[in-house]
Amino acid sequence: MISLNVNGKLVQADADGDTPLLWVLRDYLGMTGTKFGCGMALCGACTVHVDGKPARSCVTPASAVAGKKIATVEKIGETRAGKAVQAAWVAENVPQCGYCQSGQVMAATALLAAIPAPSDADIDAAMSGNICRCATYRRIRAAVKRAAKEAGMKTKEQA
Amino acid sequence: MNPILNLSRREFLKTSGGLALGFHLPQSWAQSGPGRTVSTDLANAFSPNAFISISPDNTVTVIVKHLEMGQGTYTGLPTLVAEELDADWSQIRAEGAPADAKQYNNLFWGEAQGTGGSTALANSYEQLRKAGAAARAMLVAAAAERWQVPVSEIKVSRGIVFSKNRRATFGELAADAAKQPVPADVKLKDPKDFVLIGKPAARTDARAKSNGSAIFTQDVRLPGMLTAVVLHPPRFGAKLKSFDAATAKQIKGVEQVVAFSTPATNGVAILAKDYWSAKKGRDALTAEWDESAAFRLGSSDIMNEYKNLATTPGLSARKEGDADAALRDAAKTLEAAYEFPYLAHASMEPMNCVVKLDGGGCEIWNGEQFQTVDQAVVAKLLGLDAGQVSIHQLYAGGSFGRRANPKSDFVLEAVAIAKATNGAAPVKLVWGREDDMRAGFYRPMYYHTLKAGLDAQGNLVAWKHVIVGQSILTGTPFEAMLVKDGIDGTSVEGAANLPYAIPNLAVELHSPKIGVPVQWWRSVGSSHTAFATECFLDEIAREAKKDPFELRRSLLGKHPRHRTALELAAQKAGWANSKKGVSRGIAVHESFNTVVAQVVELSRKQSSLSIERVICAVDCGVAVNPNIIAMQMESGIGFGLSAALAGAITLKEGIVEQSNFHDYPVLRMNQMPKIEVFIVPSKEKPTGVGEPGTPVIAPALANAILAMQGKSIRALPMSSQGVTFV
Repeated sequence: MISLNVNGKLVQADADGDTPLLWVLRDYLGMTGTKFGCGMALCGACTVHVDGKPARSCVTPASAVAGKKIATVEKIGETRAGKAVQAAWVAENVPQCGYCQSGQVMAATALLAAIPAPSDADIDAAMSGNICRCATYRRIRAAVKRAAKEAGMKTKEQA
Repeated sequence: MNPILNLSRREFLKTSGGLALGFHLPQSWAQSGPGRTVSTDLANAFSPNAFISISPDNTVTVIVKHLEMGQGTYTGLPTLVAEELDADWSQIRAEGAPADAKQYNNLFWGEAQGTGGSTALANSYEQLRKAGAAARAMLVAAAAERWQVPVSEIKVSRGIVFSKNRRATFGELAADAAKQPVPADVKLKDPKDFVLIGKPAARTDARAKSNGSAIFTQDVRLPGMLTAVVLHPPRFGAKLKSFDAATAKQIKGVEQVVAFSTPATNGVAILAKDYWSAKKGRDALTAEWDESAAFRLGSSDIMNEYKNLATTPGLSARKEGDADAALRDAAKTLEAAYEFPYLAHASMEPMNCVVKLDGGGCEIWNGEQFQTVDQAVVAKLLGLDAGQVSIHQLYAGGSFGRRANPKSDFVLEAVAIAKATNGAAPVKLVWGREDDMRAGFYRPMYYHTLKAGLDAQGNLVAWKHVIVGQSILTGTPFEAMLVKDGIDGTSVEGAANLPYAIPNLAVELHSPKIGVPVQWWRSVGSSHTAFATECFLDEIAREAKKDPFELRRSLLGKHPRHRTALELAAQKAGWANSKKGVSRGIAVHESFNTVVAQVVELSRKQSSLSIERVICAVDCGVAVNPNIIAMQMESGIGFGLSAALAGAITLKEGIVEQSNFHDYPVLRMNQMPKIEVFIVPSKEKPTGVGEPGTPVIAPALANAILAMQGKSIRALPMSSQGVTFV
């Protein structure tokens, strides 16, 4: 039995400790927003946040993240950056097949949390680990910038 | 011309006379399950035909007969309905149609349901507008009856039916509209009155695909379901001899280990409650294979065989004048040969399928691209009628052709595994990336030779093109229909219909049989013919000291669509004016009745090259959604660029050498160029956009390299030619 903190909730799964977090989320907890693409941390479709940092859940043993804060695409919209990113994704019509986009959204949200106004080089560095076979990259870039602007404006309004 | 499209055009003329409006709910429809994404109040819904359901809550659900795999069917097809219905875009929902070829056939394919050949929007253009217009007429009739006013006094705009001071929503009229007779014929709008067509309607699937709620095959979960992970033979053509499941069965969670065999695949399946347990079981399994009929050649062996074949006469795919004589008499001749590797589709969602067998029926959950073919093949394996195979449509995480498998490989495999377990539990077959990449059904390897003759004035007077490569259609259900006199149209499309005016022109084909399963891959034949023809034309221009754009233009007198797209791309790129530090390449190509021209701007960064910008012009008839057209051009360019830069599946003694994204690299964010898309204004019926952007980028890029360095790229991928990009 593994205990995990997923999206602020303590959950338990009857999985072996070596089971990757991806499969605990998908097969044990029924959270299928996080996707399986390669199983080798090569494509980024399985990206989640562990203590706020992007992590490839397909190669992260569940036992390694016990006690850490795990965030997934299902609830990332409840954070300011996540909400701005998802709204920007819709506004820019980013998704095509959409299968990689959960991972893209999680990578982008982590980027904005770390760098509120990322440059093109920052976007390349943070997002090049996430493959999109539909090549929605131009729109992802535009959406990251839009989200940065939106989130930034809200910060100002709140101040 | 695409042969599938050619056939279909004729079928379309035959079948497009009237709209079948008799609507009944297919049995699978009424069942709830992951295939149903919209909960519509069916009992009270107004369903005037098989494509529309208007519920009392004012939601208009458009039932989409084509797979949404990224190309935008769940937005484009509802746009056609919403236009004639005068619906408000915000009330539109999209839902995948069940497998039912009688109601949901691809009108270009006769009575077969399926998605491919960039036909989804093109074949639906009138059908769905008529469906929308019929529903509108019934809503108007219901309002006229309710308000006791003539139909002519009623207007509809953005989802509101009104007459003077009275108004009603579609939802308020739905129940009454359902009682109205279905109109026998409906008048479609004059295009000048279009409100939605031509505007960038937002994608209906963007939100669900940004918050993780969109359901793909990978996400289906049924009560008691087992996940199957498989062990395939290491070589194509090998058969399972024996296996030892003892260790695998000791893995916690593993429930069953079964052998399976279908006409397409065979191997051992490990079934467990979850993927990871099944995968651990698979890794612990040992098996022996009968390799007596296995394919054992390597890529270089195959290419050598192709090179030999190219020197012998092939079957004629096109012959005008006498190319051989004209080459003999030419003042100057040129020749070049081009090599193309196998390519994997490598969609983000590895192949998978969910199957439930019960009471003699078979229920499938799948991002389904080939309903009618899969139903027939599955029914045969199970000894059922095709009608007993129901399919729930889901989103597909990419496909690029792969999910329309000519042998139903992964669908049939899932069914065979469920059968081997006696239908004890629903089965979800999940291929890992390695299984997906090594399963074959690649874009075939090809070898092309081209010869050209110029007269004393430098005019192009002879062109001889020989193509060598496996036939995709031979051995598929389409062979009888689409392979004519030994010529597989998909091997020569883009070459046999070369648009350039050349008096002596010959295209020949060799279709050797090789034991590597092959399949259509985004843009099919054009994925190689565009490169060979457009690169060779630039070599000719260079030899004749002509501008590549002007040479093309001068040869396209009889092809105004090509010429217009070419001129638009050149104009937007500023072709006439040189740009410091930038070299340009241009290419134009027609596929699936759509013409695309692209200009690549290239610069040098130390020892590497950098793509500064791609300018893309497209003529796809009426632009139903310009934003989706731009997306598909961008996507096609990115996909084509992936293959051009580094895409190659290679074999060594019959074993596929690649397995995952580390050794089959694909385009990433930092490599994606800036792209500008321009649409040629047109009043013609829309043609497809899913594929035609793909084949043009590689030759445009190679031509830019030729312009910059004088270096011809004659084999792909470019990484194999020592060309690197930043």
